[in-house]
Amino acid sequence: MKNRDPDLLLFHAPLLRQGMTTPKAMRDVLYALLPATLASLWFFGLSAALVLGACIAGAVLAEWVFADRAERGESLRDASGILTGLLLGLTLPPGLPLWMAFLGGVVAISLGKVIWGGLGHNLFNPALLGRAFLLATFPIAMTTWVPLTGDGGFFDIYPSNLALPFMQASVDGMTSATPLGMMKFEQEVTPLVNLAFGNTAGSLGETSGLLLLLGGVYLFLRRDLDWRIPVSILLSVAIFSLVLTFFDAARFPTPQFSIFSGGLLLGALYMATDPVTSPVTPKGAWIFGIGVGVLVVLIRVFGGLPEGVMYAILLMNAATPLIDRYTQPRVFGRGGESK
Amino acid sequence: MKAIRRLRRNFEHGVHPAHHKGQTENLPIQRVPFGTEYLMPLGQHIGVPAQAVVVAGERVQRGQLIAKPGGFVSTGLHSPVTGTVRDIGDFRGVDGRFAPAIKIEADPFATQKVDANAALDWEAMSLEEFIEAVQMAGIVGMGGAAFPAHVKLSVPDGVRIRHLLINGAECEPYLTTDHRLMIERPEALLEGAEIMRQKLGAEDTFIGVEMNKPDAIEILNQHIKPGDPVHVVPLKVKYPQGAEKMMIKSVFDKEVPPGQLPRDVEVNVNNVGTIVAIADYFLRGMPLIERVVTVAGPGVTYPANLIVPLGTPVRDVVKFCGGLKPGSREIIMGGPMMGRPIASLDVPILKGCSGVLVFTGEQTARQKEYPCISCGRCLEACPYFLNPSRLARLSKSRMFDEMKDYHVFDCVECGCCTFACPSHIPIVQLIRTAKDDLANRKEPDA
Repeated sequence: MKNRDPDLLLFHAPLLRQGMTTPKAMRDVLYALLPATLASLWFFGLSAALVLGACIAGAVLAEWVFADRAERGESLRDASGILTGLLLGLTLPPGLPLWMAFLGGVVAISLGKVIWGGLGHNLFNPALLGRAFLLATFPIAMTTWVPLTGDGGFFDIYPSNLALPFMQASVDGMTSATPLGMMKFEQEVTPLVNLAFGNTAGSLGETSGLLLLLGGVYLFLRRDLDWRIPVSILLSVAIFSLVLTFFDAARFPTPQFSIFSGGLLLGALYMATDPVTSPVTPKGAWIFGIGVGVLVVLIRVFGGLPEGVMYAILLMNAATPLIDRYTQPRVFGRGGESK
Repeated sequence: MKAIRRLRRNFEHGVHPAHHKGQTENLPIQRVPFGTEYLMPLGQHIGVPAQAVVVAGERVQRGQLIAKPGGFVSTGLHSPVTGTVRDIGDFRGVDGRFAPAIKIEADPFATQKVDANAALDWEAMSLEEFIEAVQMAGIVGMGGAAFPAHVKLSVPDGVRIRHLLINGAECEPYLTTDHRLMIERPEALLEGAEIMRQKLGAEDTFIGVEMNKPDAIEILNQHIKPGDPVHVVPLKVKYPQGAEKMMIKSVFDKEVPPGQLPRDVEVNVNNVGTIVAIADYFLRGMPLIERVVTVAGPGVTYPANLIVPLGTPVRDVVKFCGGLKPGSREIIMGGPMMGRPIASLDVPILKGCSGVLVFTGEQTARQKEYPCISCGRCLEACPYFLNPSRLARLSKSRMFDEMKDYHVFDCVECGCCTFACPSHIPIVQLIRTAKDDLANRKEPDA
């Protein structure tokens, strides 16, 4: 009797796996962002491609430099570096100097991800951390909004893009205000149609609400995102805004304006749903989403900034471990316990 | 109203692996020819090993008692063949450890027929006699756990069993033994069910069958006489529908709390194969000496449903099925979700072994493990509503004590989390490591 047949493996059950893998899930998000990315090229021309490219280059380079030597190729293959770069790029103003965009990509990966221990270990969304860094470091460049490309066509680059490193871009009067800025500082409402289709000034990816929603539906169908998070964010923003309009309809934005303006859809569908930095429990997802929604409205309406999505998500990211801890699901057969 | 309730009959969460049952679900059960050597481990059920009552050199008849129960949670063991006891000693078992077993050499000239006139007068038996008879017959749960059947029958005073639930879900992919038994031996199943129901004093019998076996549901319904208190319940196809607590939730919408048993919600659950074994013993005098085994998987030349005498080496079974295809790399005893890999083709078929599955390189390729991205797919898969993501992280950090706060001992190791994990983290394996460590830890002397 043989004790062991040499050719037999002893992998433990279950041997079957469902088909989804983590790199596939990352790539799905890239596909979902494709329509909005193409829209940004349509609206802002080659500048959009350059800014996005600079962010992705910075992110991928940081990923490569900081990766363990043995795993260099592998860490790029899971596509999370590219995704972070793209997400960061979509939150930036189209006229941002490219060297800043590149630096943002490097910071997003190095301080947003690698320093925590790599994929899956970071507390804050890397792309938003990169953006927060840029906003704190280059406040003027980060809030200078250029108008949509006019008659110059696709190859008309905003001159500020090409500013030399460590030089501030010259603001040459060719600026425009975002719908949120106009709302906050001039009480001027942008028509909803423009918001939904994206012909407004703003960050690269936040202008076209409908295309962002389209990608979100794709992710939902692929079961790549926790639907509770975007649903609870959008609902809480809508309800909070609605309640405010009862007090002063002229001063506070309508719910539909709140949802389609600024980076809310981009943040709610692609940033807040980052599985790593959002709660893993179903109940936690609701709390997280409501928290983000309420913070967004609070910052936008009562805070000093016109836009609050980034800080709202980052703040709730910080609360995620705590939320997870106190929202463990009710275990089968243990009635009444923490449900 | 009843129709609506029926639609809602389900448990929450779970996963949907491909069935892979097409290989064998339409193949009639056939008998493998007798071989030469049989190895009967004394501990092939959960509980205390049996005690041998034969000695080396002794001649034994097929169906003769060769080991008596070693305690209450233990069962008898019978010779699967007529032949001679060659050896009683330690042999390497399915799990790779050495354990006592009886080796029997078959007599090539024996008829291998079991005395067919030994039906028992079960109706005249008291409950205690009945329970003892089940114990001596060596009948255990045939679904895979091999828990002695008589233990479930002995309910403490004051506990009443209202419903007998027969588990014909067979939610593990590839396996088709219960499916074929329900199709080919519905009379035996219903007879066995009636014996159990009467002895338990239960009001009615429910047979839970996953809806991917419409032929079995139809045949059972045809055999149920009008007025019989037997109901076939079609269940949604979902793994682990066949886990007894999940099935109780699906059929009766009751949750059995952790640490408690089905009897605490007035239900007794038995596998289809167990019930057929009960009928075979009480009506035909046949103790548990053989069982139906599905031999399937991409590495098997001719997949089949076979009646295999217990103790038959896997090598003989595989040989009967045309041998292994080239590239076969791993053999699983049981189903692909919860079965055990075996290290050697010489290990014997045991009472709890419902399948021999052979996998080739493709299924067994080691997949790269990615970090946990907290996507929550394991939480949505876990039928016990645990947090496998957290448990796996804690286990990796060897923080086993903290895992108790996350109810690690409520885990039944169904493997849904590992199945669902897109990062290919061996979650259930990490949980097993922790449970093993916690259970076997020696407390420091006080």
